[in-house]
Amino acid sequence: MVELHFKIFRFDPQVDKGSYFKHYTVKAEPEERILDCLNRIKWEQDGTLSYRMSCGHGVCGSDGMKVNGTCRLACQALVRDYQCPEVVLEPLPVFKVLKDLVVDMDPFLKGIKLLRPHLISGAPAPEKERKQSPEDRKKLDEVIRCILCACCTASCPVNWINEKYTGPAALVWAFRYIFESRDEQILERLRQVDHPDGAWGCVNHFECTRVCPKEIPVTKSINTIKREIEKRLR
Amino acid sequence: MVFKHDIVIVGSGLAGLRAAMEVAGVADVGLISKVYPTRSHSGAAQGGIAAALGNEEPDSWEWHMYDTVKGGDYLTDQDAAEILAQDAPRAVYELEHMGVPFNRTADGRIAQRAFGGHTSNFGKAAIKRACHAADRTGRVILDTLYWETVRRGIRVYNEFQLVDLIIKDNQVVGLVAYELANGQVHVFHSRIVVVGTGGFGKVFRTTSNCFANTGEGVYLTYKAGIPLEDMEFVQFHPTGVYGLGILITEAARGEGGILRNGKGERFMERYAPVIKDLAPRDMVSRAIYQEIREGRGINGRDFVHLDLTHLGKDKLAEKLSDITSFAKIYLGIDPAIAPIPISPTCHYMMGGIPTNLDAQVLGKDQQNVPGLYAAGECACLSLHGANRLGCNSLLDLVVFGRRCGEKMIQDLKQLSWTDLPAHPEERTLARIETLEKRKQGETAYALRASLQKTMMDHCSVFRNQTGLSQALADIQVLKGKYENIFVRDHGPRYNTDLMEAFELESLLGLAEAIVVSALARQESRGAHSRQDYPDRDDHNWLKHTLIQKTERDPRIFFKPVTITRFQPKARTY
Repeated sequence: MVELHFKIFRFDPQVDKGSYFKHYTVKAEPEERILDCLNRIKWEQDGTLSYRMSCGHGVCGSDGMKVNGTCRLACQALVRDYQCPEVVLEPLPVFKVLKDLVVDMDPFLKGIKLLRPHLISGAPAPEKERKQSPEDRKKLDEVIRCILCACCTASCPVNWINEKYTGPAALVWAFRYIFESRDEQILERLRQVDHPDGAWGCVNHFECTRVCPKEIPVTKSINTIKREIEKRLR
Repeated sequence: MVFKHDIVIVGSGLAGLRAAMEVAGVADVGLISKVYPTRSHSGAAQGGIAAALGNEEPDSWEWHMYDTVKGGDYLTDQDAAEILAQDAPRAVYELEHMGVPFNRTADGRIAQRAFGGHTSNFGKAAIKRACHAADRTGRVILDTLYWETVRRGIRVYNEFQLVDLIIKDNQVVGLVAYELANGQVHVFHSRIVVVGTGGFGKVFRTTSNCFANTGEGVYLTYKAGIPLEDMEFVQFHPTGVYGLGILITEAARGEGGILRNGKGERFMERYAPVIKDLAPRDMVSRAIYQEIREGRGINGRDFVHLDLTHLGKDKLAEKLSDITSFAKIYLGIDPAIAPIPISPTCHYMMGGIPTNLDAQVLGKDQQNVPGLYAAGECACLSLHGANRLGCNSLLDLVVFGRRCGEKMIQDLKQLSWTDLPAHPEERTLARIETLEKRKQGETAYALRASLQKTMMDHCSVFRNQTGLSQALADIQVLKGKYENIFVRDHGPRYNTDLMEAFELESLLGLAEAIVVSALARQESRGAHSRQDYPDRDDHNWLKHTLIQKTERDPRIFFKPVTITRFQPKARTY
């Protein structure tokens, strides 16, 4: 067991004039998750602490937060990697705080929705499956790992200064269908992100790639979209 | 507030989403979910979805049906298994047409792989039947269906938690939900309520289930006097990450992974000589515990190894990348180099709310309850019998989610609006007030931890009279303590402290239903293994258990199994 000192962002917009940090101390095994520590704090010390969680192993994408300055999933952060005087937990930046570590995800999802993240095909569906070569399918291998946790978008320095920027997560979803061989609106999809606040908003900070809990090469994917725009639209 | 929809669906996993899609545009539908839909636990399904497409080798739906029935240790209702197996190819093609990114064969068709209990020629050899997208099949299907519901403009109430069902004169009138964002208690007035709240693995300490899987829909149905079916059948998945319970997909063995004991032996050869590591989950979980009990765990400890080292880095990256990353993150192990320590983890509830083949909920007299439907893991068709086969649950969700939708469209013509009773939310408001008034007492956390421990100790893979009786006694004590529970958060925003207190009532009630049903069934069948009754007993026990809540102790009664094509015989692999 090791002892960890947590400093956790607290804010209830209904009662608090401003945000503040609250300190907690918990004991945990090195192989436990930061999420386990949060649960212990909530269950044993302070029931008023709010955060989201569900699957606990990096699949559902609920518990994105800032851990010592880096956006990540609390369920993928292990105690053994935080042998430091203090572990600071803050809500994902960029988004509006609803309470403590819970942020408003609606604008994030709306941004993706605008890019029509569903297959568009006018042709009548065949009786069986549409054919797709393993090579075409492989192009999607990385982007379909996205779990909508928003860590990338929250970490992107462009997002911090330009709220109109489409953002890395939405561009990952754009990639998902631009490079989908079964989709029939590739040019329209490219045009939709061919603007200064779209794919061209990315200036290669690589923060998204660095924080992605599913190891999606986000920046590379955005650059691939840019090259496709140059190739197909110019 | 009072919201009004023809249909209200509770739960935004695959069953709920698929049902919603079917009725969208025809009826006014609202979907409520305690989490954002893409956080639903369907997304944690890894290995695949079964369908006899025959893309890799010849296959037939009859073989799939047979495997489902035999996998369920003949407790499966065969009319349900027939629909499932027969409709599977259509259901998978439909998903493909919607855009699900399945892996592909060299000639561009949907790729398939082997999975536990799926065989060719009625049990002759393992067969490749599992359609998959690497090891995140559930997640990509969930994402696809979610964006499809968004496209169709289906109204979703994110982070609304079901807290009460409104049933008047055996007719469903709606439900009460708690909005997490602001603490408001809302009434949903509807002609139809669909329960799609998934499993409730959180009654056990070690589980692959998410925190949200606490079974409100099932419990509230039970509380309303509707019996639950086959609750004793709880599936423990053989390969949970040791100590954490995180799922390592059966596809790891489907792709060639091997279970080894402390002596390095491939022990499944002794338990299932034909299909070995691909035996159904109940058998593999028992085999693992048997090895451990006989001192052949790793270094004599309580786990065994899942060996994937011979699969090679490329195959792991292409087909099993999520579980490779789980092993790296949580254990610091690269599965290409070292074996993964595993032990069984509570995974799936075969039992639940009894329904007919069209998802209509059956009441205590076996007649349907007008307006009440259930689909997915929370329902009991009984499609999975005493043990579900891997890849049959994703299939169940989309096949029977759709049938639920079709049936609702038909039934809406006859279902009239029933007036809400006066102040249906009062019961909930009073409950919140009581909880918040109490300044000290028991905490949900401590009671839940005790419940999970007793269920793990006495009601997991192996059971017996003494242990189950102890579990029941423990649950009674915990239920007593629950009367004195208090919450520390009295604020209206994201008060999960309060909701966890509500959830605990469900967990306690469902745990009791599991234990009482397990005590009643004096035989071993599928996932229900009684040390004091080690054999299957078709003469006395080839029947479904029903448990009904009464003023006093729960009442147990039975109903027959539907047997059409396959007569029960010894279950060997």
